[in-house]
Order: sequence, then structure tokens, then C-alpha cells
Amino acid sequence: MSAPLLQIDGLSKNFGGVQAVRNVSFKLDEGEIVGLIGPNGAGKTTLINLVTGVLQASGGTVRYRGEDVTGQRPFQAARRGLARTFQIVQPFPGMSVLENVVAGALFAGAAGSRAEAEAAAMAHLEFAGLAEQARRPAESLTLPSRKRLELAKSLAMKPRVLLLDEVNAGLNTAEIDHALGLIRSIAARGITIIIVEHLMKVVLSLSQRILVLHHGELISAGRAEEVVNDPAVVEAYLGSKFAERQKKMAAAASS
Amino acid sequence: MKHLPYVLFALWFAALAAVPFLASNYIVKIATFLAMYGALALSWNFIGGYTGYPSFSTAAFFGLGAYSGALLQNAGVWVGFAWLGGAVVVTVFAALLGFAILRMKGHYFAIASIALVEMLMLTASLWSGLTGGGEGLNVKIMPGGPDYIGRVFLYTMLGIMLAAFIATVLVDRSRLGFGLRCIQQNEDAADMVGVDVRRYKTAAFALSAVFCGAVGAAYASWVAYISPSDSFSILLTLKVPVMVLLGGPGTVFGPIIGSAAFVLMEETIWARFLDYHQAILGLVIVLLIFFLPGGLLKLFSGRRAS
Repeated sequence: MSAPLLQIDGLSKNFGGVQAVRNVSFKLDEGEIVGLIGPNGAGKTTLINLVTGVLQASGGTVRYRGEDVTGQRPFQAARRGLARTFQIVQPFPGMSVLENVVAGALFAGAAGSRAEAEAAAMAHLEFAGLAEQARRPAESLTLPSRKRLELAKSLAMKPRVLLLDEVNAGLNTAEIDHALGLIRSIAARGITIIIVEHLMKVVLSLSQRILVLHHGELISAGRAEEVVNDPAVVEAYLGSKFAERQKKMAAAASS
Repeated sequence: MKHLPYVLFALWFAALAAVPFLASNYIVKIATFLAMYGALALSWNFIGGYTGYPSFSTAAFFGLGAYSGALLQNAGVWVGFAWLGGAVVVTVFAALLGFAILRMKGHYFAIASIALVEMLMLTASLWSGLTGGGEGLNVKIMPGGPDYIGRVFLYTMLGIMLAAFIATVLVDRSRLGFGLRCIQQNEDAADMVGVDVRRYKTAAFALSAVFCGAVGAAYASWVAYISPSDSFSILLTLKVPVMVLLGGPGTVFGPIIGSAAFVLMEETIWARFLDYHQAILGLVIVLLIFFLPGGLLKLFSGRRAS
């Protein structure tokens, strides 16, 4: 079998005396959708930052397509095909929506020319449902649109792995459904996805596998139904009410 | 309509070039200053305008260029090569130091960039064996009458301004320019999107140095005497950013408009209020911040002013 697309081994990060991520290891195969969950402060975003080079690891390695990329810088991760969205959206506010996406296509997506980058960017904006706003400044967009802009921008980077850091936070139910549709069609293109998410509905409907972080440690990993019934996960994150509801639903489904 | 600004720039350039045939030596001197500040403002625009890093290193580059050029010329190097040498020395200096100080952002970067000016001024003052120290340095006077010399330096400064302008147009249309604007907008996002921010910032800093170095070296030959306080002037380091902010930072034509407006104001109005000169500069800065954050250009078009 070929090497996994992404392989994390013993990854750790200390901030002074605080261990934000402790000895985390997991693998990601091409085409998977993996959910990353855990309580606030569990180290989910820190883990994403370590993988994409925003933070430098205190220990452990990140291997991408067989290559050790542990010390990489963010722009290198982007060019290698590791794209991410931010929990707090990070547009280029004064530029047009189109230019925002062009930046992704030009610097990480290996577009040969500005015209090529613009054509690609326009296609991604249409996909994200933002084509009509293409000429407007990014700062004029509403929050849901900004989240979609982040998606379009990271798609323009032609990623192999997309790390989505709470793309649904702050959205209402209808908007979440729309975002879910987008994420599914991104996955259908064969892009591997790690999704950090608090909404269990979203995680369960999307993920083939789930990783659970708690106090920086990976306390559980596996298929969705295994993880939600894992006593350690129920204790740390989901709460017993959720577990009961889950059991009832399973019983109702089987009867 | 799209080409109109370029036509206006060509007319402005031709008008400055025609001055020696039409007007007195005093006006030729003002035209030379217009070209010189145009080149300095275009230079600052690379780092301060496009990249959004508040650099106060203009005088460091200018002064280092002046001293390098003067020393080369006094060592017997032909004057044209001495100017070129000044530009090269300053560019290398900026690339090396830029790599270190561009890790800082905002106020920290601003202070570090001022420190470069002070550091070089102290070096020039103390290293008297090489630079003549506080007594200054005489530079070989160019042979020829005042009319001739006036023209030589006008055309030299115009040439540097044109080179800086062409560099600006090229950068504005290139990947580099786009990447610099991304950095100006949101540096972390630029990094995440694949822009090699350290290299891009260093390139912008070096670009902002090269033409300053050439201007400084030419200036040293023009005035034939340089001193530390004159070459590494804090006033110069403040004036040039104000010119760009006045015209429109991060645009192709803003630095030209801003420097022209500033120099003409200086010559026509402030020259009559010598005592209040710097107070008026302060007032201009305050008014700019409050009423014209996008510069004069923004009055004419709302496009791309940040």
C-alpha cells in the first residue's frame, strides 16, 4: 500500500508551560473526510496551525506524501497543496472578491498568468455562489458570504488536503445546509478534508472518521458510531444527554 | 481614458525636461528638486505604499548613497559609475538589513527603520578617517559652467525618476506587486495563500532603496559637499512618506502628484514663512490623516485607495 497522504507522528506544541497539543499521531488517506472535534481549548486550531506551518512544533513530525514537512512555512504548505480556512475569516478586505480568489490561484494554485488565474477564480466563485459579488470589495460581504469566499479562495489553491476550521460557526441552519452541500461537492472532487466542527450534526453527516482531542491529547479516533459511543468522548465532550439521544435514535432506526 | 494618466505623466516629464530652455537657473533647480523628490517618493511607495510597511529609512538610503558615491568618485571612479556604485551599495545594505528588521511590524518596524538612519549618521560622524566626520566631505566639482551643470543634474534626476516610474509600472502589473498588496492587506492571509512574504518584503525594501541610493550619490556630486546631518536628515525621512500619503499610497501616479504638490507648496508658500516651516509640515500631516487617508488621487477616482 502507498504511503498515507498525511501522516502525523507524536506532534506536540508547548506554549510556555502549557501543552496545547500532546503527542498526537494520526494518518489521513487520499479522499477521506475526517472530523476533528473536542471541547473549546482542546487544541484543534493549534493542531491545524502545526500542520500548515503557522506554528512550529515543539516535537514530532508531519509527513506529507512521504516527505517530512515538519518545519515548513505557511506559504510552502499552501504551495504543496495543504490549504486551510480560518475560524476567523481572513480576507484581503480592500481587494475585490475576485482578487481575493485570484491570489490563491496565482500564488499557490500555479496559475501561469493573471488571465488564467482570473478564469479559474471566476469558476470557483460560481461554485461558491459568489459570482455576482465578484467585483465588490471583500469587506462588503456578509459573514456567510465571507465564509464562502474563504472556501473559494482555498479551492483556487488547488489543494489536495483542505483543513476547514469551523467554516459553519456563526451561520444559521439554512446557511449551514448550503455550506454542507459545498463541502460534499468539494469532497466529490477527490479533495481530502479535515473538518473542525462543533455541530455534531455536521460532523456525523460528513465524516467517515472522527478524531477527538481533549486537553491536547487524542482521546479517541475511529468511525463515527464508535467514537460517539466511546465513554471517554461522552465524558469529555458530548455529555451523557447526547449519548442517550444517540442511542434512542439508533434504536428507532433499527426497529 | 485609461491612458490619460500616462499622457499627463509624459507631459509633466517633458515640461521638466524643457525647463533649461525656457527659464532661469533658479527654476532649473526647482525642476531638479521635483525630479529628485519624485524619485524618492516613488521609491518609498514600494515599501510604504504597496507593502504597507511604514519605513523611515529614506534618509538612510539617501545618505549612504551620497557617501558611497562621493567616496567612489574621490577614489577616482568615473562619476556615472560612482552613482551606480552608490545605488548598488545601498541596495545590498537594504536587502541584508531588511531581512532582519522586516520581521517587525507596525510601530516596531517604523522605529527600527529610523534607527537605521541614526546608526548610519553616527557612523558617518565618528569614522572621520573615511568620511571626514562632522566636518563633512568635499566631492570633486564637475567641470563646466553653472548652466551646463544645472542641466546635467536635472537630466540625471529625471532619468532616475523615470527609471523608478518604469519600475513602479512593472511592479504594479506583476505578481510581485499583487503579492505586496496582499501583504499590505493581510500579511498572515498572504502567507497562507502562498506568498513568500519574507522574500517579497525584502524585495520591496530593496526596491525602495536602489533609486534612493542613486539619488543620494547624484546629489552628493551636485552639491559637491556632504555632511552627516545634511545627508541623514530626519526631515527628509519624514517628508518623503508625507508626499506619498498626500498623492496616494500604493498607486502608480500618487507619488508623482504628491511630491510635485509638496515641493511646489514648499517653494511658493512655505518659503515665505521660514519660521513656521516645520509647523506647517506637521499641520499637513494631521490634515492628511483626518481628511485624505487615500491621498489626492482618491479625490479623482475612488479606485484602489486603501
